[in-house]
Amino acid sequence: MEDRIPNNRVAYGRALVELGERYPNVVALEADLGKGTQSVLFRERFPERYFPIGIAEANMMGIAAGLAASGKIPFASTFCVFASMRASEQIRNSIAYPKLNVKVVATNAGIEIGPDGATHQAIEDIAIMRAIPNMTVLAPSDPVLTTRLIHLVATSDGPTYVRIGRQDTPYVYDGDLKLELGKAVLARPGTDVTIMAIGNMVCRSLEAAEILAKQGISARVLDMFCIKPLDEAAVVAAARETGCAVTAEDHNIVGGLGGAVAEVLSSTLPVPLVRVGVRDTFGQSGDSEDLLRYYGLTAEKIAEAAQASIRRREALRRAR
Amino acid sequence: MSEQIQQLQAVARDLRCLALQMIQKAGSGHAGGSLSAADIVTALYFSALNVDPQRPDWPDRDRLVLSKGHGCPIVYAALARRGYFPVEELWSLRKLGSKLQGHPDMRKTPGIDATTGSLGQGISVAVGMALAAKLDRASYRVFAILGCGEMQEGQVWEAAMSAAHYHLDHLIAIVDYNGLQIDGTNAQIMEIAPLAEKWRAFGWRVWEIDGHNMAEILGALAEAKQVEGQPAVIVARTVKGKGVPFMENQVKWHSSVVTKEDLERALAELN
Repeated sequence: MEDRIPNNRVAYGRALVELGERYPNVVALEADLGKGTQSVLFRERFPERYFPIGIAEANMMGIAAGLAASGKIPFASTFCVFASMRASEQIRNSIAYPKLNVKVVATNAGIEIGPDGATHQAIEDIAIMRAIPNMTVLAPSDPVLTTRLIHLVATSDGPTYVRIGRQDTPYVYDGDLKLELGKAVLARPGTDVTIMAIGNMVCRSLEAAEILAKQGISARVLDMFCIKPLDEAAVVAAARETGCAVTAEDHNIVGGLGGAVAEVLSSTLPVPLVRVGVRDTFGQSGDSEDLLRYYGLTAEKIAEAAQASIRRREALRRAR
Repeated sequence: MSEQIQQLQAVARDLRCLALQMIQKAGSGHAGGSLSAADIVTALYFSALNVDPQRPDWPDRDRLVLSKGHGCPIVYAALARRGYFPVEELWSLRKLGSKLQGHPDMRKTPGIDATTGSLGQGISVAVGMALAAKLDRASYRVFAILGCGEMQEGQVWEAAMSAAHYHLDHLIAIVDYNGLQIDGTNAQIMEIAPLAEKWRAFGWRVWEIDGHNMAEILGALAEAKQVEGQPAVIVARTVKGKGVPFMENQVKWHSSVVTKEDLERALAELN
């Protein structure tokens, strides 16, 4: 990548254009938020393959299903709130159940979006999308991973939900990143505790690992960009090798990454797990960083959670 | 009356008998809406649709989206008679492991082009298919059959708006306007009239016909195929339960169980 991509939305828009150049059957649909989702970049390059559907997310998902049933690879974009909830049943019945090759790429995930407030802050979308059979659910962390991921989903058949944040993001990876669906990315090796994170929480988890390193704690950081299918082997290995875990997500702690990891741990190798995320409450308006601090989604809080998880592991060991 | 029309009427009668037998054997299903759509479905599968039962995935085939998915018994009967699968398969309707689900499943049933059943969604899928045809400059048409109660779903009107916006003249919708829904008449539950005016206002070419008059159905379908630059809709006035007098215009025959006695009486009346 020659120039720095400021955020994952732009990474999506640019990747979509690259896909458009490579595959004539890639088409894009948008529910009047193209300037937000950055699907406008595709419109500029391929206006004949770009379909504004207007403010009608339910219809957009159905049209995408019809296009996919006719051999197209539709990328349907809007904000996470509207894709996953307004059009949730359309995604279930018209896309996921018939296993149609529709890529729902939704942006503006989580409370991170800031001043627009709770109505626009999707904190339930992962829980909803991952409960639907046949769905692949993805949440990329940085522009490099987002770019790779969009290319990857274009060539893997099946209904997919991609959850992308709004704000500018630092690069976590360099161009050598190898990506495979169903395989977590080891963002930092470590032996004392494992922090599993998605999206905007990956860079914060790496910062947390720095904080922990200064205290002599070696934290492993896994980028769980593929929430479904979850890399169960990586979760179990983390449990076995580090004995305790933390999840970090800009999403409700109910049903999201934390829920998914808890499901795997409790049915394989139960170890202490501390879930960092929105604690089953709606967000509110505010500056993005202020909100993340207010709801405890910071490197410091992740580091504290790691320490708490380690303390619980030690308490359990003493009790045995 | 032309020979073709007489033949199609006989086919429709046969499909009605098959649908009722299927529903009786299944122990559940939607008799009223299958019977009201029987003549429309017959006109499509035995005249208007350019399909090849030997090649259900033929890319240039015409598509049919049964947006009122609960009416699938009559479509399954038509598919069986057209040779998509053996007639014996019909008796597995709604049974575990069957190709014939309670609502249409494009992955399980040869000849079913879209998975439907959640009202309001099929028409959007049909719009997507017609959009793909336009993009590919393909010649196939997309037909969609909608229920009248389904008109109450907001998504229908989102889809209607988008079909006109994209000038989808390869899209032909047919509304099975029998006036009844599960809990009562359209007028009692949520008035949908004036229906033709609504579609017209949304930018569609509209025909209003008797949905049990084969000549009118064929005529409207033929004219709808000639439309350029806008989608076409045929508002077909129908009678729920049509062909079986004791079921006609009865709200309860939306999805009542058809007993063996009901079936015998119905078959006698149909023949």
